Amino acid sequence: MSATILFTIISLSAIGAIAAIILYFVAQKFKVYEDPRIDQVEEILPAANCGGCGYPGCRGFAEALVKADDLSPFYCPVGGNETMAQAADILGKAVEEKDPQVAVIRCSGSPAHRERINSYDGASSCAISSSLYSGETGCQYGCLGLGDCVDVCDFDAIYMDQETGLPVVIDDKCTACGACVKACPNIIIELRKKNKKDRKIFVSCINQDKGGVAKKACSVACIGCSKCFKVCPYDAITMDNFLAYIDPNKCKLCRKCVAECPTNAILEINFPPKKVKEEKADTPKEEAPKAETKETNENETK
Amino acid sequence: MLKTFPKGGVHPAEGKYSANSAIEVLPLPKQVSIPISQHIGAPSKPIVAKGDKVKVGDKIAESTGFVSANIHSSVSGTVVKVDNVLDSAGYKRPCVIIDVEGDEWNESIDKSTDLKKEISLSDKEIINKINESGIVGLGGATFPSHVKLSVPDGKKIDVLIINGVECEPYLTSDHRLMLEKAEEMLIGIQILMKALSVNLALIGIENNKPDAISHLQNLVKDYPGIEVHALKVQYPQGGEKQLIKALINREVPSGGLPLDVGAVVHNVGTAYAVYEAVQKNKPLFERVVTVTGKSVHKPSNFMVRIGTPVADLIDTAGGLPEDTGKVINGGPMMGKSINSLDVPIVKGASGILIMPTEMAKRKTESTCIRCAKCVSVCPQGLEPYLLNRLAQLEKNDKLENGGVMDCIECGSCAYTCPAGLPLLDYIRLGKSRVSQIIRSRKQ
Repeated sequence: MSATILFTIISLSAIGAIAAIILYFVAQKFKVYEDPRIDQVEEILPAANCGGCGYPGCRGFAEALVKADDLSPFYCPVGGNETMAQAADILGKAVEEKDPQVAVIRCSGSPAHRERINSYDGASSCAISSSLYSGETGCQYGCLGLGDCVDVCDFDAIYMDQETGLPVVIDDKCTACGACVKACPNIIIELRKKNKKDRKIFVSCINQDKGGVAKKACSVACIGCSKCFKVCPYDAITMDNFLAYIDPNKCKLCRKCVAECPTNAILEINFPPKKVKEEKADTPKEEAPKAETKETNENETK
Repeated sequence: MLKTFPKGGVHPAEGKYSANSAIEVLPLPKQVSIPISQHIGAPSKPIVAKGDKVKVGDKIAESTGFVSANIHSSVSGTVVKVDNVLDSAGYKRPCVIIDVEGDEWNESIDKSTDLKKEISLSDKEIINKINESGIVGLGGATFPSHVKLSVPDGKKIDVLIINGVECEPYLTSDHRLMLEKAEEMLIGIQILMKALSVNLALIGIENNKPDAISHLQNLVKDYPGIEVHALKVQYPQGGEKQLIKALINREVPSGGLPLDVGAVVHNVGTAYAVYEAVQKNKPLFERVVTVTGKSVHKPSNFMVRIGTPVADLIDTAGGLPEDTGKVINGGPMMGKSINSLDVPIVKGASGILIMPTEMAKRKTESTCIRCAKCVSVCPQGLEPYLLNRLAQLEKNDKLENGGVMDCIECGSCAYTCPAGLPLLDYIRLGKSRVSQIIRSRKQ
């Protein structure tokens, strides 16, 4: 009896030992050298695997960073400048600071402003709705309100406002990965520069119809009147197809255009309420804005 | 045993309310808006400007490529403007808008109704004439007809198939055309045979139109080479691939065209338009449109000038019923509902279907119960439940392997689904994504 057990133990141990030796040599033979810095870089990346950098996951991005000579085309929107600086440290390369961005919704067409002229009962997806027809309102450009952007957001940074039927971006959670920008079939969402104190001025409309048609469909549409274009002291505004666009890189947040817009299509967000002589020194060149008090649209979009 | 395609298919309630209403000529509208893109391919280029006087049949937009089509004025009057007008999907598209004044036809058009049997033009001249007359597939796909007739070198066509199936429930425009314009249509078929130099033409008609079948069977005795075949009533019998399989038992390969199996398919409406263009020099500016529905007072078939607003047709058919859930451009299976009655009738519009609210409602969605009904009805042998899920998950490579590009978008899967899933909606979305990928790969 004991001989059988002994024999079993010896033979199994022998097999184990032989296998270990073979495996050791095989492992040596087929060893793949991997730059240890890839692991180090991956370690500091946010592990969100969102694809916002343009690579398949954080590992892919880390590999690309290690391989690259110049880090300037790379940016991890989730980790931001801090993560990029750490990665550059590990790799011994230089990296420039980039302006952090945030997604903004360029449509204010809530039911109060934009009348529903029909009802859609198909599959609950913006992509499908837009492939079938122009949507429930008279505006063929605006938000369809079915929430494709909410579905793709990995960071829970967008939700649908039940009252307005429009998506709302939670700026603190938004990492500017750009998933929602790609998901929106009408390309309403744009990544814009996150200014100091998250202040933003943008045209919250992408309607390219002539003024009358746009206004008829939605009372807060950009009607292409060019008033903002004329008033802007920094040439930040361009007019194209009856639509104004504010270049975030040229805009100095002087807020002159906001007061000028006859349809309130230009939104100012996170600014203190306007009062004479109380403007902060953000825009030193500008004289204090006129006393024309206009309600901040903060409540509507924030 | 009636001929049919071997796989799948459904049989929805036929509802052919307008089958016995003879084709009426719709009174001229006050204004027409004629879209410059009514066909598959490059949009045409308008050649008229504000203030121009046009006559019926004058060319108002020029074809801009091989796969494109000319567009002719359907009325006489003054061009008001070339501007964006809502199309049937609710998007604004460029249209030529014309105020109607009188009804003066271009002098070159033969307005007489005498039958002209002699075909004097050569095959090349016929194709040119069809191209010049802006004829597109009138079954609904609106593919420019001259392209289908220009057979590339190395391909051999031996049979012309004429689609008189009209498998969409409710629609009767082709049915009426076969009854009332049969001789013209048969001459049109002869012209198409000459253009393709084939000796055999097969007309396929679903068996729910026995009057059209017997009428045509009597007439074809004088037209050698043309045969009439009755087909089983089964949707989508009128799908190009299904019809070829049913009539000549050849299978169009995946990603291929009917050309690859030696066949060309044209609709009966197209054959009639070809007769008018070649024998009467009349470009395509009017077509037969069915206005129908359970609640419609006077289900009718109208001869309508292109560009007439849908509202005019509905008014003539007894007005919009009080309880209307949807107005659908096309049939109930493949048509799309429109959101404005000002939408103009285009070359591809075969019917306007008015659905009461109760019938227009979609089924409530629940979860897939894996009953595989969709698999058994798919005429293309696909697995719709799987494609639906893959499309939702954006697994584009698996979608492509699953044959999503072979989907003919007939909607049989969604029609039969007991869980009320919008299968076709997602599959169509996946198909468009995959086709974009395939296109970018080719570049």
